[in-house]
Amino acid sequence: MSIDIDTARRVAKLARIAVPEDNLPGLASELSNIIGFMEQLNEVDVEGVEPMTSVTPQALKRRDDVVTDGGQQEAVLANAPDAREGFFAVPKVVE
Amino acid sequence: MTALNSLTISAARDALRAGDVTAADLTSACLSAIEDAGVLNAFVHKTPELAMEQAKSADARLAKGDAPDMCGIPLGIKDLFCTKGVESQAASRILEGFKPEYESTVSQNLLDQGTIMLGKLNMDEFAMGSSNETSVYGDAINPWRREGSDAALTPGGSSGGSASAVAADLCLAATGTDTGGSIRQPAAFTGIVGLKPTYGRCSRWGVVAFASSLDQAGPMTKSVRDAAIMMRAMASHDPKDSTSSELPVPDFEAALTGDIRGKKIGIPKEYRMDGMDDGIEKLWADGADMLRDAGAEIVDISLPHTKYALPAYYVIAPAEASSNLARYDGVRFGHRAKLAAGDGITEMYEKTRAEGFGPEVQRRVMIGTYVLSAGFYDAYYNRARRVRALIKKDFDDVFATGVDAILTPATPSSAFGLGEMKDVDPVQMFLNDVFTVTVNLAGLPGISVPAGLDKQGLPMGLQMIGRPWEEGALLNHAYALEKSIGFVSKPAKWW
Repeated sequence: MSIDIDTARRVAKLARIAVPEDNLPGLASELSNIIGFMEQLNEVDVEGVEPMTSVTPQALKRRDDVVTDGGQQEAVLANAPDAREGFFAVPKVVE
Repeated sequence: MTALNSLTISAARDALRAGDVTAADLTSACLSAIEDAGVLNAFVHKTPELAMEQAKSADARLAKGDAPDMCGIPLGIKDLFCTKGVESQAASRILEGFKPEYESTVSQNLLDQGTIMLGKLNMDEFAMGSSNETSVYGDAINPWRREGSDAALTPGGSSGGSASAVAADLCLAATGTDTGGSIRQPAAFTGIVGLKPTYGRCSRWGVVAFASSLDQAGPMTKSVRDAAIMMRAMASHDPKDSTSSELPVPDFEAALTGDIRGKKIGIPKEYRMDGMDDGIEKLWADGADMLRDAGAEIVDISLPHTKYALPAYYVIAPAEASSNLARYDGVRFGHRAKLAAGDGITEMYEKTRAEGFGPEVQRRVMIGTYVLSAGFYDAYYNRARRVRALIKKDFDDVFATGVDAILTPATPSSAFGLGEMKDVDPVQMFLNDVFTVTVNLAGLPGISVPAGLDKQGLPMGLQMIGRPWEEGALLNHAYALEKSIGFVSKPAKWW
């Protein structure tokens, strides 16, 4: 299955990566090439095989639902590109 | 006496305990080797002051007489590990300036043992690559060169800086991580040992995530014994990683008897590929002969779904990456793009990610987005996970017949030149992982051992694959192989 320019544009949008319009044809052909490589998987008979969820047979561990951490506002914000008054700051989200 | 920076961990341990050297001596020797080797571009964030401080504490601990094996050993740490207060960028522009407020569990385990961190090591961006050419820091360079040539070669990837640093004796050993071969392929390209343990042996907490169901940390060292010592120091159960195993961590070094008499070694016929390099094929056959001479039984085995491992991997790994890398949004850490007047939050995400991610990472995130998108999830992602189950079953079936370990080449070729793969399509680059990627999909331990030099004078490696959780037995097989091969070559110093 090949990826056309519209699909490439949609995938870039879903991935939240700005791709200039001029680069879309190149991207579409790169992605098509890789998807083409994956098509080999269609040769495999997977009838009755469950998709793997865990490579080691183990049940996901549970823990008590208690507070184990917190009160680290400064550490949490230390690497933020823009933090003000104890919050992450971002461009206006709601009009 | 050998230069201190070229010691193995085990030799340094013995010398430290005997009082023949100090951790400060070892650390100084490594720091000056690093200063001399700027051209290799292996260390990308150096921490000399921190290292000398840690050396002082290690010496104090050694003086008390009950120091652990790794106490006083200077290491390089791959940039993928979060290290408290020290740049941890995963070789990406998007994490520019990021200094974690916490330490990864693996690097913390090493620090608790008294190891010394010399600095952070170059790698492919987010560990996505097989040549270290996708790094924001620029290429790491292989200390090995082809005979009679001064062309710069790749140390492999993604743990390229780790491989280059260990091979050039800039540190005694280094941490690596392996999602599809990122420890074993660079180890093979640089003539060192690289071990990827069983999935779950090491905590992934604090290791920048690429593909969570495949990622594992492991040691990159100058000998199999060193890999055994360092593996034990890195591994632990960690409540902060629910996939980390509660199984006890054994003394892997104690398993190194070199006795493999009566063990069954499988040679998978599917790993014999058309157009395979003659040198690699001979190396593989010689390796099997050596194991036979050491008393092992060599048997032909079949892993019928091998061919589908790469396409399955290149669905699953990008799918997980697209999800893991969603966190780089310019809000909480790292780079944020400069915005134009009127730009809203969506433009901030899109511009930040376009500027912050390199082309290979962008491509993989978009592939992952595509295979997870509505309408394609079943056709690609679920199908790949079903194929993955079959690949694991191939190994289960072979081990059920009594095979103890599997011998394969580590890579289809020796190190290639930097830039040589620039114009080929990305799928060609994927082929580097053809012998290693099955092991990640099946969650097994695998080790690359230097096996000889090819006709260009470059090192090549053999891979051994073990049963799950039996790293000790795997290391013992690798130890027997290492003894028989007797590989002692080092790159001639040109830097």
